[in-house]
Amino acid sequence: MSVLVYTESEQGTFKKIAFEAVSYAKGIADMFSTTVTAVTINAGDVVELGKYGATKIVQVSNEKLENFNAQAYASIIAQTAKKEDVQVIVISSSANCKFMAPLLAIDLEAGFVPNVTQLPVSTSPFKVKSNVYSNKAFAFTEYMTHTKIIGLAKNTFGLKENETSVNTEEFLPELIDEVFNTEVVSVEKTTDKVTIADAEIVVSGGRGLKGPENWGMIEELAETLGAAIACSKPVSDMGWRPHSEHVGQTGKPVSSNLYIAIGISGAIQHLAGVNASKVKVVINSDPEAPFFKAADYGIVGDAFEIVPKLIEKLKEFKAQNA
Amino acid sequence: MKILVCISHVPDTTSKINFTDNDTKFDTNGVQFVINPNDEFGLTRAMWFKEKQGASLHVVNVGGIETESTLRKALAIGADEAIRVNSVAIDGYFVAKQLANVVKEGSYDLIICGRESIDFNGEMVPGMLAKLTGSSFVNNCIGLEIDGGKVTAIREIDGGKEILKANLPLVIGGQKGLVQESDLRIPNMRGIMQSRSKPFHVKEPVETSAKTQIVGFEKPAAREAVKLVDNVEDLIGLLHNEAKVI
Ligand SMILES: Cc1cc2nc3c(=O)[nH]c(=O)nc-3n(C[C@H](O)[C@H](O)[C@H](O)COP(=O)(O)OP(=O)(O)OC[C@H]3O[C@@H](n4cnc5c(N)ncnc54)[C@H](O)[C@@H]3O)c2cc1C
Ligand SMILES: Nc1ncnc2c1ncn2[C@@H]1O[C@H](COP(=O)(O)O)[C@@H](O)[C@H]1O
Repeated sequence: MSVLVYTESEQGTFKKIAFEAVSYAKGIADMFSTTVTAVTINAGDVVELGKYGATKIVQVSNEKLENFNAQAYASIIAQTAKKEDVQVIVISSSANCKFMAPLLAIDLEAGFVPNVTQLPVSTSPFKVKSNVYSNKAFAFTEYMTHTKIIGLAKNTFGLKENETSVNTEEFLPELIDEVFNTEVVSVEKTTDKVTIADAEIVVSGGRGLKGPENWGMIEELAETLGAAIACSKPVSDMGWRPHSEHVGQTGKPVSSNLYIAIGISGAIQHLAGVNASKVKVVINSDPEAPFFKAADYGIVGDAFEIVPKLIEKLKEFKAQNA
Repeated sequence: MKILVCISHVPDTTSKINFTDNDTKFDTNGVQFVINPNDEFGLTRAMWFKEKQGASLHVVNVGGIETESTLRKALAIGADEAIRVNSVAIDGYFVAKQLANVVKEGSYDLIICGRESIDFNGEMVPGMLAKLTGSSFVNNCIGLEIDGGKVTAIREIDGGKEILKANLPLVIGGQKGLVQESDLRIPNMRGIMQSRSKPFHVKEPVETSAKTQIVGFEKPAAREAVKLVDNVEDLIGLLHNEAKVI
C-alpha cells in the first residue's frame, strides 16, 4: 500500500511540478510509514525521481499518446492504482492534471480535492487543507472514500530532496477505444518562451502602460529576468496583448515565485488570480492603488521612468552574479 | 440539437469572503450572487447555436431555492427552459451525479459547463459528468463549432492551443475565448418579461452519497504591510537578499 504519484512530463522531460509532487508524496508516505511509487507516461530518464524519494517507478510508453489525452491518462493511472493497491494518489495542479483528475476520480470511485496547500492535517479522518474562493480562503475537507486523490497546489510545498534508489518497471495498460473519443487534429504553439504556468517569474502590465506600443520595455524586462509576460484583463480586451496573457480570476492563474505588476491597479478580480504568487512587486504612480495593500514590495512612480532603470540595473546585477 | 448549460450560482467576483457558525458556513450576508463567469461565456455561446442553428437550450442548477434568481437571469438572457435540482450541492461528485441524471432524462447532445466555478474552484464537475454519462470531454475550451454532428473544439494549452475533433454527446469546460467579452448579454426588459412564462422545473435529487465533505474554513493570515522603496537598486537588493527570488 504505497502512495502513488503521477509525474508529469513534456516531450519526455519532467516538469518541476512533478518533482514537487514526488516530494509531497514522500511526506505522506512518511506519515503512513510506507513508500512512494511514481507512474510516468512517455517520460525519458526517470532516475531523477529517486532524488525526491520515489522508490518504485512504473513506466508506461505508448506511441498513441503523443498528445495529451485526458481519458487515456486517467485510465492508465487508474489501472496503475489498482495494480499497486494504493489508497492515496498525488497529482499536481497543471491544466492537464486538472483536466484528467475528475475522470480518474470516477474511474476509481475516489474522493478528489484540488489545490491542496500542505500535508494532510490529519490521517484519520483523512483531512486536507486547500485553497478555495479564488485564494481568498482555505477549506478543510474530509474524504469519505477508500481511495483519495490529492491535487497539490503549485509552489506551496516546494522541492524536498530525499535520495533513494529506484526500481523501475514497464507497464502495459489496456486502453479501450472509448478513451480516444476526442482526437487532436493540430497543435499551435504561440510561443517557445517560458509559459505563465511554468514560469518562476512573471512580469505583468496593465492599462497604466497606455498602449501596446509601450510593451517593448515589458518584453525586455521579462527577457532580462527569464520571465513570462502577462497582462490585466482590459489590456487583452482592448487587443493590446493576446488573450493568452490575461491573468486573474477569469484569466490564467499565476502562482510564480515572483510577480511584478506594472501599471496595474490591483482590482479584486485581478488579485484573485495572482495572489498565490509568493512575492509580489508593484510599480504604480498612484500611492492609493489597491495593489499596494496586497504586495510585498512597491515603488510609487512612473513606470516609464522606473522600468528602463530597473532593466539597466538588473542587467548589471546579472552580470555581477553570473 | 439539445443543449444543456450547467450554471453554478456563485458570489459576485467583488464579494468579501467571510464565514459564520464557527467558520463552517459561508456568510451570505450582503453578498450578491451571479452566474459563474465561465458559465456566462458558455451560455452566450449556446445562444449562438440556438439563434443560428435552431438548437434548444436548457439551463440547470443543483441548489436550493435561493439559486432561482440566477436561473431566471439565464432564462431572461434567452434559455428556453430551466431545471433546478432541489438540493444543497454537497460536493462535486454529488453535483455531477445529479447533473448526469438530468442529462440522461433529457438526452442532451451538448453539455456546456464552465472550466471551474469561482467559489470552490473544484474544476471537477464537468469531467465527472462526462465520465458518468459516457460523453466526450474537452476542458479549457476556448472555441466550439458543431456542424451536422461534427464537433471542432479548441482547447487552450500551456503556450498555445490544440484543435480537437470529438463525438457527441460532448461535455465542455468552457472559459473566456469561447465568446468575446463584448458578446456577453445583459438581459433586457423583453427578455425579463418572457422569462416569467418560460418552463421552470424543480426536480428532487437522486439518492447519492458525497465523497468528500468540507468541515471548516479559514481566512488567510493578515499580510505584512508593503515595503516601499524609492529606487530600483534597493528593490533589486531586497529581491535578492531578503525575498531570495532573483
Ligand atoms: C466578472 C469580472 C471578472 C474580471 N476578471 C479579471 C481578471 O481575470 N483579470 C483582471 O486583470 N481583471 C479582471 N477584471 C477587471 C478588473 O475589475 C479591473 O477592471 C482590471 O483588473 C483593471 O485593469 P488595470 O489594473 O490594468 O487597469 P486600471 O484599473 O485602469 O489601472 C491602471 C493603473 O495604472 C496606474 N498607472 C497609470 N499610469 C501609470 C504610469 N505612468 N506608471 C505607473 N502606473 C501607472 C494607475 O495608477 C492605475 O492604478 C474582471 C472584472 C469583472 C467584472
Ligand atoms: N451546483 C451546480 N449546479 C449546476 N452546475 C454546476 C454546479 N456546480 C458546478 N457546476 C458546473 O460545473 C462547472 C465547474 O464547477 P466546479 O467543478 O465546481 O469548479 C461550473 O462552471 C458549472 O458549469
